[in-house]
Amino acid sequence: MTQMTGARMVVEALKEQGVDTVFGYPGGAVLPIYDEIFQQNEIRHILVRHEQGAVHAAEGYARSTGKPGVVLVTSGPGATNAVTGLTDALMDSIPIVCLTGQVPTFMIGSDAFQEADTVGITRPCTKMNWLVKETDTLSGTIHEAFHIATSGRPGPVLIDIPKDVQFATGAYSNKPKVSKSHYQPRVKGDPEIITALVEAMETAERPIFYTGGGVINSGPAANQLLRELVEATGFPITSTLMGLGSYPANGDKWLGMLGMHGLYEANLAMHGCDLMINIGARFDDRITGRIADFSPNSRKAHIDIDPSSINKVIHADFPIVGDVGHVLEDLLRIWKSRGRKTNSAAVKQWWAQIEEWKKTRCLDYKPSEATIKPQYALERLEALTKNHDRYICTEVGQHQMWAAQFLGFNDPNRWMTSGGLGTMGYGTPASIGVQIAHPGALVINVAGEASWLMNMQEMGTAVQYRLPVKQFILNNERLGMVRQWQELLHGERYSHSWSEALPDFVKLAEAFGAKGIMVSDPKDLDDAIMEMLNYDGPVIFDCLVEKHENCFPMIPSGKAHNEMLLGEAETQGAIQAGGAVLV
Amino acid sequence: MSPLNIEQGSSSHSAYDLRSHMSDVVEVHTLAILVENEPGVLARVIGLFSGRGYNIESLTVAEVDHTGRRSRITIVTSGTPQVIHQIKMQLERMVPVHEVADLTVEGPHVSRELALIKVFAKGESRVESLRIAEIFRANVVDSTLESFIFEMTGTPEKIDAFADLMRPLGEVRMARTGVAAMARGL
Ligand SMILES: Cc1ncc(C[n+]2csc(CCOP(=O)(O)OP(=O)(O)O)c2C)c(N)n1
Ligand SMILES: [Mg+2]
Repeated sequence: MTQMTGARMVVEALKEQGVDTVFGYPGGAVLPIYDEIFQQNEIRHILVRHEQGAVHAAEGYARSTGKPGVVLVTSGPGATNAVTGLTDALMDSIPIVCLTGQVPTFMIGSDAFQEADTVGITRPCTKMNWLVKETDTLSGTIHEAFHIATSGRPGPVLIDIPKDVQFATGAYSNKPKVSKSHYQPRVKGDPEIITALVEAMETAERPIFYTGGGVINSGPAANQLLRELVEATGFPITSTLMGLGSYPANGDKWLGMLGMHGLYEANLAMHGCDLMINIGARFDDRITGRIADFSPNSRKAHIDIDPSSINKVIHADFPIVGDVGHVLEDLLRIWKSRGRKTNSAAVKQWWAQIEEWKKTRCLDYKPSEATIKPQYALERLEALTKNHDRYICTEVGQHQMWAAQFLGFNDPNRWMTSGGLGTMGYGTPASIGVQIAHPGALVINVAGEASWLMNMQEMGTAVQYRLPVKQFILNNERLGMVRQWQELLHGERYSHSWSEALPDFVKLAEAFGAKGIMVSDPKDLDDAIMEMLNYDGPVIFDCLVEKHENCFPMIPSGKAHNEMLLGEAETQGAIQAGGAVLV
Repeated sequence: MSPLNIEQGSSSHSAYDLRSHMSDVVEVHTLAILVENEPGVLARVIGLFSGRGYNIESLTVAEVDHTGRRSRITIVTSGTPQVIHQIKMQLERMVPVHEVADLTVEGPHVSRELALIKVFAKGESRVESLRIAEIFRANVVDSTLESFIFEMTGTPEKIDAFADLMRPLGEVRMARTGVAAMARGL
């Protein structure tokens, strides 16, 4: 075993784990590690402008590559600034390895300068965390951290490294060829239950696939198998916000996103199905609406690698614990070996019903020649960019939902959004992480002006590293989603949902050394988008849109899927007091 | 109806868990959890209970395997069957947790708790306290002229019953360990 300092071990272990990029911000408690980073060229360090940005950038990197994202921050405020990002990664199952500096072991507990109880603070927002007190155990802990972050249901892990542990010399242990960790989540599903599900699929009259982020997390093979399964069975498929792209939006079995702002046909198909096959989704409250009336007449299969997700909110008739890729492989094999049967006559009728629902054209909106409708802006963005090698990030709010509705994702890992936590400020740093991983690609952050301001300091990072990220701001001068709820639920009393004193985004872009474009006339929109696409560098695109547009369809909190609101006319008195208490 | 005036069943899907499990029966379960004895593991387990709003009625922990560095945590908790199942699942997926057994579900088991009970009694009451202690097989482990300390082990109910009988005789102070439990047989 080679002897080296703790700081050197960090760099060695990261290299051994195949890490090429670290997102970080230095400070006193991580100086020895930064010194090691300075003396090598294999790992690239990206200096962000705020530690929250480091974690979101690492999330963007992780989601768009399928590899874990790595973060390095200092003790105290460095670590506490990372907490929102870690929580975001936990909620959306994103593999992140976060290294934090800590005051030297002999000062822990003395309220030392920049001391914080980092493992205590981050215990509830990490999958696992460690305070390393001996240099000899440091490299082993780092290897274990990568194993845990990436196996089973992925998630963020954190290693807190006191400064004296970084300076001291110890024995480096190599990455084990086979993990010796006792943490080895089950990946194979129970063949008996899979067979029972296949039997149900053979006779189902109104089946539906309901997929989520788990398919994307499982990897390319799972996405391929899903596509094969959908095409072979001919069953309709819908997906959560997190799962967009695992089945292509241009595929003919695609119903669109489901849930609170999901498509009419997707939600009604979920409500009316007789067999629901949940693959890597978790029956989130944005999806189910009122539990008591959730898909009342269906048998439900639930495939999930996390056993605690199964039967948490919705009873599963076919509970299958396992990795999506493995389970789909077995499912397809068993289904084929039994003769590839489906109840095709009934499924054909089911499709006829779905086609009826589609005629509602639930995404239609009132066009305008005077102002840019946000939906129109996204339609034009889609039309002008869909043939690009394109990655989309978003912030949180109405614009996020419209992006999910109006942009099409034909491949996995192309859509980065904060789903579970709903973190405003996610998109800008995430777009930076994506662009770092895919230097030649078109990376767009579809943003609301309010969200965008939350981590706008990261424009500095974009300019420093010449990252041509496009910040596509749908500027309604409102906290639009808050305003919408106040209109529908709080008697149109718009308490603090204005974005007042907004900056001049064009000047702001110039101040950062980026390009600014402002557009307000629908006639100029296409040219402005083309100008953005043709500019080789970061752009802030200030798209002034209709200020009072609401996002529909909408299932109000506490309502069932078949009680969806489609447009302005239907909203009068639609949400009762009971729904107002929900979020 | 809950105080928030939410219809039953309409609240469980909020991001805030306002579940009222009114229709389901609340059960008391004893869980035995085998964990890696490493720093923070107890905080992690307790944090799960406080963070997700589960109940802890009793908790004991000690290292039971010094070479393998394993600790056994015994938790008595209460909740509807669905909540108890969820607690077990949530515990099982924690990285430092090796094994979770729901002793209440798995079959007959033995539950024991140790208590030190100090009774301040004079005259006839002092004699009566000794008589009751004998019936309950409690040992006198300390005595002053105005007090005894009794030591007893038993089920929590037995300890409660003993303390209830002592209270009319004089002031009672108590220290309890919480429940340690184990399944019968194999
Ligand atoms: C960090 C954070 N704070 C508050 C919220 C609550 N919230 C959700 S959407 C929203 C408004 C977002 O406004 P904007 O970014 O302009 O998007 P719009 O809805 O107008 O498209 C707010 C305040 C949140 N999701 N995240
Ligand atoms: Mg806005």
